[in-house]
Amino acid sequence: MFMRSFVRSALALHRPLVCLFPLVSLCLAASGVAVGAEATVAVAANFSEAAKRLVQRFESASGHRVRLVSGSTGKLFAQIVNSAPFDVFLAADTATPSVLVERGFGIGESQFTYALGRLVLWSADPQLLQGDGAAILRQERFRTLAIANPELAPYGLAARQTLAHLGLWRRLASRIARGENVGQAHTLVATGNAELGFVARSFLSAEQASSPVLGSRWDVPAYMHDPIRQDAVLTAYGKTNAAAFEFLAFVRSAAAGRIIHSFGYAAERP
Amino acid sequence: MQVQDLGPLWLTLHLAATTALVLLAVGTPLAWWLAHTKHPFKPVFEAVTALPLVLPPTVLGFYLLLLFSPNSAFGGWWLQITDTTLTFSFTGLVLASVIYSFPFTVQPLQSAFEAIGRGPLEVAATLRAGFWDRFFCVAVPMAKRGFLTAAILTFAHTLGEFGVVLMVGGNIPGQTRVVSIAIYEHVETLQYAQAHVLAGILLVLSFTILLIVYGLNRYAPLGRA
Repeated sequence: MFMRSFVRSALALHRPLVCLFPLVSLCLAASGVAVGAEATVAVAANFSEAAKRLVQRFESASGHRVRLVSGSTGKLFAQIVNSAPFDVFLAADTATPSVLVERGFGIGESQFTYALGRLVLWSADPQLLQGDGAAILRQERFRTLAIANPELAPYGLAARQTLAHLGLWRRLASRIARGENVGQAHTLVATGNAELGFVARSFLSAEQASSPVLGSRWDVPAYMHDPIRQDAVLTAYGKTNAAAFEFLAFVRSAAAGRIIHSFGYAAERP
Repeated sequence: MQVQDLGPLWLTLHLAATTALVLLAVGTPLAWWLAHTKHPFKPVFEAVTALPLVLPPTVLGFYLLLLFSPNSAFGGWWLQITDTTLTFSFTGLVLASVIYSFPFTVQPLQSAFEAIGRGPLEVAATLRAGFWDRFFCVAVPMAKRGFLTAAILTFAHTLGEFGVVLMVGGNIPGQTRVVSIAIYEHVETLQYAQAHVLAGILLVLSFTILLIVYGLNRYAPLGRA
């Protein structure tokens, strides 16, 4: 009762302002359209730094605004299916965007491979990974190996495939710590909590500002796991969003390709 | 439907029980001290005790990640004496839970001790009861409800732990894959049937525990044991 009368008197007091409010917001919305549209892009954790650079370049060229939401591909998928307001999805695999398209949450014609991810076995210890990484894994001279959760993250799946290829998946089971996404696997290694971890090469690229630890690494040969083709797709939610549309077109461009390559993704692009 | 893996549930119960036991041992002297001290910095100690109530689990998780790392002084020392790391281990989760559930043990105990007041203890002292005698034969029986509430709330709060475990646990089956993490993973991978089973069990369990707490308080309120 008190609350209600309080609200009423507050409204009465500010009546002129309250009347202005819709007008002001309308003006703001109108000016927003004039300057540029806004899109929200869901991006797989491994690509988030590269995406930031792409967004910078795109925003200054187009006048549109892009917001980035980073997470594991599996999580972002579940969010989109549960009507998260994402216009574009930069996934870490091809399967997830395809399922989105099949279920009507993604626009089929918009799907394309924007990057080829590479898996790296990495340690913060500069001495640990000298030479053949597979041999070092077999010698089990470590307590914990961090990987992304294979159920949720494509880099985790690639890590599992690599370990299975080496015949180590079962043997190392008790030593494997699972990060929620490949970013967390990277954190666990960078903080020294896990001596080793399978991470995305993009995390170790010279472009990656947030990776102060150099350590040692072993580039996992591409034949040890299925290629990590990372697909982009326009969501059903974003199909009328001009900013989303143009951002995807920009990601396809040669200029974007150079940026993506500089973040450690393989050169082969469609 | 796939066979439900109840491992995470048992692990969680194990973790919650261990945490409650450790915290009763650690929290009782502290609560006793807080209830009786006239130290000018008492509010500071009380504020520190209550910190885990207000801090987001990510703050705790972040600091623990740095603290547990073999590169830190503490993590390195731990590695030397035990040859294990605290991250990705059950012991580490117990330590994390002890910090995380700290106020849930200390606060009920402190109020229970304060409710007894000095009177009964001074009477016991005039009858030549020594300190331990006064503590175990007067204070503990009178603060019985406080102990019960503290133990139950600590247990229940640890059941619900998620953020900290997500950051320092590493999701290792049998070690750190607690039920909240298992539910999270089931939801993320759209295995809603499995998520439902675990979430349902946890819901019923938590409700029962809280019902016991409130039931106890109704029939025998905290203050007058």
